[in-house]
Amino acid sequence: MKICVTSQGKTLDDQVDPRFGRCQFFIVVDTDTLDFEAIENQSVQFSGGAGIQSGQLMASKSVKAVLTGNVGPNAFQTLTAGGIKIYIGLSGKVRDAVEKYKSGTLKPIENPNVGSKFGMPGKNS
Amino acid sequence: MIISVASGKGGTGKTTIAVNLALSLSNVQFLDCDVEEPNAHIFLKPEIREKFLAFIPVPEVDEAKCNACGKCREVCAYHAIAVIPPGDSGKGSVLVFPHLCHGCGACSLLCPQKAIKEVNKEIGVVEIGQARGMQFIHGKLNVGEIMSPPLIRQVEDRIDSDKTVIIDAPPGTSCPVIAAVKKSDYCILVTEPTPFGLNDLVLAVEVLRKMKILFGVVINRSDIGDDKVERFCQDNKIPILMRIPFDKEIALLYSRGIPIVQEKTEYKDRFRNMFNKIKERL
Repeated sequence: MKICVTSQGKTLDDQVDPRFGRCQFFIVVDTDTLDFEAIENQSVQFSGGAGIQSGQLMASKSVKAVLTGNVGPNAFQTLTAGGIKIYIGLSGKVRDAVEKYKSGTLKPIENPNVGSKFGMPGKNS
Repeated sequence: MIISVASGKGGTGKTTIAVNLALSLSNVQFLDCDVEEPNAHIFLKPEIREKFLAFIPVPEVDEAKCNACGKCREVCAYHAIAVIPPGDSGKGSVLVFPHLCHGCGACSLLCPQKAIKEVNKEIGVVEIGQARGMQFIHGKLNVGEIMSPPLIRQVEDRIDSDKTVIIDAPPGTSCPVIAAVKKSDYCILVTEPTPFGLNDLVLAVEVLRKMKILFGVVINRSDIGDDKVERFCQDNKIPILMRIPFDKEIALLYSRGIPIVQEKTEYKDRFRNMFNKIKERL
């Protein structure tokens, strides 16, 4: 199954990026084979709509779940419309986040956990 | 003639300058374009006679016609549209985020399926009235709205060029300020002699130079802080139009919503002199 982890770098050994919409990289990973693709996030510099466009990207990549630190209201709405489950509060290595997901202990969220603009550069980073 | 009053930094005295300048002149139209928090009415106490709701057009998608092709998302410069491609979760859908929409109309114009029409969304109100012999107009953006430039433009659509138009602009250097000062013949930048005042003045100067709008500076609370604002203006050949000292009496009047020129009539001449200086430069 394809899932996505927000990451601060391009590999499975980089740290989970706590922001969704404005994370640095999306690591789209196959949970069975651990084959992955790192996508640089083009939405980082948007003054608005980063969460929406990142959510849209996830939908177009047909991922089933997103693992990240925090998710705002617009991203939440977009991901939910795409039928994508959202898991927050992850940290540490991307690889470990994937393992945690596979162990089945994570619970998807039913509401956004931060407000708009949470991931704006300089605000929480 | 159209004179706007702006500042990089907030709280330097834009409204004070705009209101008192307006009260010192005749045949004035006053526009409060700080639509996120208009406050000139506190000092001018206008009698509002007309109200117009302000709208922007936002897209509405006809799900029956839409095939989730994604064109609308692609052309939206403000990232206000998401298109969920067809897949396990259905035939695909379009999500519109109206509060991010600038109402440019690209999505509806370019939709290959003609599935998008524009519907009006209320963003605020334009109020028109009379205050102490002048025409008074201000815009009030609805709480929760962030798209102030369209409302500012709707206030400025009512500019009467037969009058001396005084525009109270919003603070900062971003889109709302550009919208507010765009039509002006001259811009008064109000600042204070502090590091913050200077920092934001420099930014505002850059903006006005780029827009090719003539400007000068008013230094408010001119006897506090340091001389760096003065030096900056000298070095860059920016005229200092007026200096207003840090005066407890002025602060007291302000706190009661009383314009300076009403109680300290000597200021009327000072504001008129400033106006004449501006006229000479144009």
